[in-house]
Amino acid sequence: MSSPLHLESIQLAYDTPRGLHTVVDDFSLSLAAGDIACLFGPSGCGKTTVLRAIAGFEPLRAGTIRLDEVVLSSARSHLPPEQRRVGMMFQEYALFPHLSAAKNVAFGLRRLDRAAQQARVAEMLALVGLAEAGERYPHELSGGQQQRIALARALAPSPALLLLDEPFSNLDGGTRERLTAEVRGILKQAGQTAILVTHNEAEAHAMADRIGVMHNGRITHWLDTAA
Amino acid sequence: MQMTRRQPPALQAAGPVWRLASLAIAIGVLAPVLTLLWLAFGTGVGHWGPLFAHVLPQAALNTALLLAGVGTLVLLIGTGCAWLVTAHDFPGRGMLHWALLLPLAMPTYIVAFAYLDLLHPIGPVQGAIRWMLGFDSPRQFRLPDLRSMPGAIFVLGFVLYPYVYMTARAMFMTQPAHLLEAARTLGESRRGAFFRVALPLARPALAVGLSLALLETLNDIGASEFLGVNTLTVAVYTTWITRSDLAGAAQIACAMLFVVVALVWLERNGRRHQRFGSSQRMRAVQPRRLHGGAGWAATAVTALPVLIGFVAPALYLVWESAKRLLQGGGVSHGLIASLGNTIALAAGVTVVAVAAGLIVAWAARSQGTSPNRARWQARAATLGYAVPGTVLAIGLLTPALAFDAALATAFGWQGLPLMSAGIVLIVACAIRFLAMPVGGIEAGLARIPPAIEQASRLLGETTAGTLRRVHLPLLQPAIAAGALLVFVDAMKELPATLLLRPANFDTLATWLYAEAARGTYEEGAIAALAIVLAGLLPVVLLARNQLGTAPVAPVPEHA
Repeated sequence: MSSPLHLESIQLAYDTPRGLHTVVDDFSLSLAAGDIACLFGPSGCGKTTVLRAIAGFEPLRAGTIRLDEVVLSSARSHLPPEQRRVGMMFQEYALFPHLSAAKNVAFGLRRLDRAAQQARVAEMLALVGLAEAGERYPHELSGGQQQRIALARALAPSPALLLLDEPFSNLDGGTRERLTAEVRGILKQAGQTAILVTHNEAEAHAMADRIGVMHNGRITHWLDTAA
Repeated sequence: MQMTRRQPPALQAAGPVWRLASLAIAIGVLAPVLTLLWLAFGTGVGHWGPLFAHVLPQAALNTALLLAGVGTLVLLIGTGCAWLVTAHDFPGRGMLHWALLLPLAMPTYIVAFAYLDLLHPIGPVQGAIRWMLGFDSPRQFRLPDLRSMPGAIFVLGFVLYPYVYMTARAMFMTQPAHLLEAARTLGESRRGAFFRVALPLARPALAVGLSLALLETLNDIGASEFLGVNTLTVAVYTTWITRSDLAGAAQIACAMLFVVVALVWLERNGRRHQRFGSSQRMRAVQPRRLHGGAGWAATAVTALPVLIGFVAPALYLVWESAKRLLQGGGVSHGLIASLGNTIALAAGVTVVAVAAGLIVAWAARSQGTSPNRARWQARAATLGYAVPGTVLAIGLLTPALAFDAALATAFGWQGLPLMSAGIVLIVACAIRFLAMPVGGIEAGLARIPPAIEQASRLLGETTAGTLRRVHLPLLQPAIAAGALLVFVDAMKELPATLLLRPANFDTLATWLYAEAARGTYEEGAIAALAIVLAGLLPVVLLARNQLGTAPVAPVPEHA
């Protein structure tokens, strides 16, 4: 699964009543296939905004985002989120409350026929260890189970790149430790290229191959982890 | 009705007087319905034959068609406008998002009255169209007649859509943005995200709005009759007024009760499922700027219901009233008397409904020991909003007449004291509008923390003293809002007033009804304008409350 991601001097900013507020400026990043990178920094440093720009929810003021040689975003062009082959796991999981766990996982599989959908859903549920929970609704699942369904849903359409936005922040300490290792295992097993955003140092070290330490909208330095 | 948070038990249950009074109110509200059942089935099955054969099938079919048509139209307009306004930004959005509520100020019979004249073959609209197309006679070109089923659906749909708009907008505003974003990352377009996520999640809210709009459709008598659609409501009225057949009217009313039960079930079921989606902490959907043509198209689409449902009929009323006042020089004594009657009636209904609402809400809250019975009583007491005015009136007639006869015999009076003093009418309207003060006061009580009450008791105040010195002052805004809603709705009330008013007693609404029924169009526009101006007050209140932080359940508003 090749998916070199390149962010080249991107700029992200908002119009405010007091003028332009720049969140991220001259931000660059490259990611090799199968790598798990982490953007690490305090809240407000712009890391989630970068993630949302890659997903296609924030327009670029300058720079380019390319994935597999396709320009996703630039100052002039903007591919809609649904055409980017980028999956995202949201901080609040964002499971659809009106759909069962299995239907949530199947949501992005509309292009497959029914049998292929079912097979893929079963495969994904097994991958996250929740093969039995398909018929349950999100409110009937524990926090950790919801998180795993969210992961299965994001992985199901085989995205070229997976984004994880503070994926463990809604879990208590014990569950969090267990799941970081487990999620890393699942991503590595799937050969999934991924970017994780967190403000928790232990989580960054447990999950990522490389950690980009962010401050005021820039990466100040990279750490390679021994993981 | 308003959903209220459950209140922790109060320090001490209200005394038996409160509980008995509350029970009496609940029984009073249920009495008309029970009377109807007794009347309809007490006459024996044999009597149902001719009614079933001649009146019911056509009226029931008409009602079903009208409900289906209005239901479709209000869902399309209400949901469409709510989504446009919530998820998009376009020229005029800031004004349109509250202006879309304006048709709530227009009772259905007034809009029908206005459009009959506006769209008359020789009226201004058709004249303008002919002029533009170069025709010079109605014989060469005319629009389809408004006096028809499609005409009635058009008129009712464009005034009743705000019920759906209100609930849908509140729901869309509280839907977390990340759910739609998740759909996008999973390969759905904006359109797909709306149809696969936003719309299914809003379904319970739409059911609530739809049921309220359909209850209004069922309640409507003026628009259906002016437009020549013989619905069940019209059939109840004519069976009693022109044929004096009380048992027959009661049977048709009973048939309507089945529809009411179905609609109330729809509403309750919707409210039960409304918790969806609003539980997590979340960012709301950010409106997306529509540029150029798309933006102006959105403006046009959302402005159309406001123009049709409010602006055009309102301008028509202003124009006709001004013409009348300038040419005719003043207003007739009859109309002045109707205005006085209307205000007296509305004031009476307000006093009764607010007092009863206070009793029911206070008793329901204080019964810490038997919460189920208290809730049952409060629910029964607020069922009146769902019962169409004609049905309520027919059900109330028999007990009221019996009571009147007993009173007259006991005191040696002539005639029907309660009926001719308008007391029966006041009671009927109070029953119908009781849900608004009860809901408002219950919500107000739920916001007063028990600690405040405990502090008052520890400072030496009794229960009654605490109610008077602590709760009543704190409840003032809730009581005032409830009173305003009841007052305006009583002003607008038509079906029950038509059936229960004393002889020679006209309100603005019945004055307008009589003119429209005669087709005379004299001072009707002035009466209508007065009602609409009063009706604007609660809409302003609603716009401020509902569209600020948007709680999910609206206070029911009944035209």
